Amino acid sequence: MNVLTILLVLLILSAAAYFVGQRQALAVGGGSAKQLHSLPSYHGFYTALWVALPAIILLILWLVIEPHVAESVLRANLPQAYSQLTDAELNLRIGEIKRLATGNIVGATISQDLQAAADSYANTMTVSRIAMLLIMAALVGIGFVFARKRISITLRARNQVERVTTIIMFLASLIAILTTVGIILSLLFETGRFFTMVPFWDFLFGIHWSPQTALRADQVGASGAFGAIPLFAGTLLITFIAMLVAVPVGLFSAIYMSEYASPRVRAIAKPLLEVLAGIPTVVYGFFAALAVAPFFRGMGESIGLDVSSESALAAGMVMGIMIIPFVSSLSDDVMNAVPQTLRDGSYALGATQSETVRQVILPAALPGIVGAVLLAVSRAIGETMIVVMAAGLAANLTANPLESVTTVTVQIVTLLTGDQEFDSAKTLAAFALGLVLFVVTLCLNVYALHIVRKYREKYD
Amino acid sequence: MSLAETEGTAPVQAGQAAQAAGEAKMTARDANVYYGDAQALKHVDLDIGTNEVTSLIGPSGCGKSTFLRCLNRMNDVIDGCRVKGDIRLDEEDIYHPSLDVVQLRARVGMVFQKPNPFPKSIYENIVYGPRIHGMVHNKGDMDEIVESSLRRAGLWEEAKDRLEQPGTGLSGGQQQRLCIARAIAVNPEVILMDEPCSALDPIATSRIEELIDELRQNFTIVIVTHSMQQAARVSQRTAFFHLGILVEVGPTEEIFTNPKDKRTQDYITGRFG
Ligand SMILES: Nc1ncnc2c1ncn2[C@@H]1O[C@H](COP(=O)(O)OP(=O)(O)OP(=O)(O)O)[C@@H](O)[C@H]1O
Ligand SMILES: [Mg+2]
Repeated sequence: MNVLTILLVLLILSAAAYFVGQRQALAVGGGSAKQLHSLPSYHGFYTALWVALPAIILLILWLVIEPHVAESVLRANLPQAYSQLTDAELNLRIGEIKRLATGNIVGATISQDLQAAADSYANTMTVSRIAMLLIMAALVGIGFVFARKRISITLRARNQVERVTTIIMFLASLIAILTTVGIILSLLFETGRFFTMVPFWDFLFGIHWSPQTALRADQVGASGAFGAIPLFAGTLLITFIAMLVAVPVGLFSAIYMSEYASPRVRAIAKPLLEVLAGIPTVVYGFFAALAVAPFFRGMGESIGLDVSSESALAAGMVMGIMIIPFVSSLSDDVMNAVPQTLRDGSYALGATQSETVRQVILPAALPGIVGAVLLAVSRAIGETMIVVMAAGLAANLTANPLESVTTVTVQIVTLLTGDQEFDSAKTLAAFALGLVLFVVTLCLNVYALHIVRKYREKYD
Repeated sequence: MSLAETEGTAPVQAGQAAQAAGEAKMTARDANVYYGDAQALKHVDLDIGTNEVTSLIGPSGCGKSTFLRCLNRMNDVIDGCRVKGDIRLDEEDIYHPSLDVVQLRARVGMVFQKPNPFPKSIYENIVYGPRIHGMVHNKGDMDEIVESSLRRAGLWEEAKDRLEQPGTGLSGGQQQRLCIARAIAVNPEVILMDEPCSALDPIATSRIEELIDELRQNFTIVIVTHSMQQAARVSQRTAFFHLGILVEVGPTEEIFTNPKDKRTQDYITGRFG
């Protein structure tokens, strides 16, 4: 039986237990729920939980512990000949034995010893599984009987079920948080390793980026350079161009939506604008690389400008279009949150609509709009696909939007695609870049949310 | 307290320049207001006397605010709201297509139920209107208008040292006086007040009531109120609305001591509403 089947069986059993518990509670209450402390359905859940939970906990523990136990049994029973092997070779053999036991393909020729060991390993596993199923069945039975015994008029089934649900929800959020923490820790750890190879200041303030490490000492161009300034500059340039597009367009469309559009227009136009946010970035990417970049190049040629075929301008423009809905949607929300009474107050003084927007609505909504723009910036900095496809790979340190530049995200992608040694400075540089990206966007997000929240409080 | 005549028979005034107190500043004839298909105001004929305080009373939902908003066309802002009828300010049809709403609202100011100062400094709150209407040209003008408006609204002493602080930082009563000052600053002829004291405590309320009584010298005032005592204290004429109909209008004393209509009597004696 595999794990999925076991879970399925448990589910069916606990469903059955639910009905039994519910019936029993009804019977105890004399056919109605009035006298019971908790509704019959809570008694049902109570019984179901007692049936399923102990078994599931056992299953999890077993699955965690079983491989370790089985392996140490295997190691203890290995043939004499194996005791001379080095650790690495031993691990290789053990891997082979396991694969053989589970019926997978094995590279080496299968010797007598190997086959015997595999058989005994398979044997151990079977025994372990049977033992687990037996214990599980016992737990299910005990839980069922116990729960039925407890069912009575005064049983606080609701409170108990709710406590268990709370714990389950807590565990779920704990998993999410722990994963995040784990990712951050691994980023930190790998970045630490990177900085043992490349000095911190060289990375943060070096102006030359050419990530390679020497294979031989006398290799040509052996000395790699890990100065990340060109990447930061490229990222900033593209982000700047993107915001140049997204902020005015997004802001004006938000003003139109919230102040001028009739409810009908608004009901259609707003979702339509938000569709922009739903287009996969890959699509934007090839749009930028295949349509916009050549267009700019052609334009440049016709007026005698030298535009690179992968330009910061093209990538930034398309990214700006992608980000418009972020700016417009959030700004629209904050402008709508400006109380109607302020508008009325302004109109009643004889202000026109545009005067009201400029002098009352926008100043009142400004903190929220700034927050929206900051969130958009953080989105632009982290955006990868468009720049990978349209901005190029050359780490030029330039402020000219017609040249090709590269960004932090693009470099992370190129550092990690293809076959890589895991402990070279080249690979580890990706972690350092990732950490920088993470810290910057985190700060931006926290600050932006802080501003938006402070603004919300003012009018609630 | 003149204007003894009943609605609909008000004599047409010839000169507008020097109106005596009590002569009609604004007139409404057969005013009907619809929100979508629902009619909220039915055939209302009402005169607003010059330099008088007219109070509008009546149970909730009877159309007091709706009528008030007709007088400065704030109904225009509401989606689906239509106004029919003849409403005049100094004989001029305020719903005439050639009339400029901006100028109308400069002449007919409004104070709302909930104080709604702009999230700007006290100073900026006051100069907002004058600046829009091009009434101020330099810092001197603005300083002057800020001081005089705040003085007339009885807020100068409390606010003169904190003019640069946000208007939203004032107490509720102070905010409402700031809103009155803001309305006065554009030097309107009529001031409409929709339950201006309903968010205030009794002390702040009595200050505003005193203020209204003083403002009567220079402005024509229409006030909506749920407090019969307030209507009796501040107004010279009272109009009683019920279910979108103007039931009765007359000198305040008469309405409260000797109402002609049974519904008015029931309302002021607290039998419904
Ligand atoms: N914006 C609107 N849209 C639709 N109907 C409205 C709107 N404003 C008011 N009404 C309706 O018009 C009628 C009169 O409303 P109005 O606000 O004038 O009453 P009111 O006398 O001021 O009441 P209150 O004393 O509660 O302020 C009510 O039936 C109300 O439901
Ligand atoms: Mg009202």
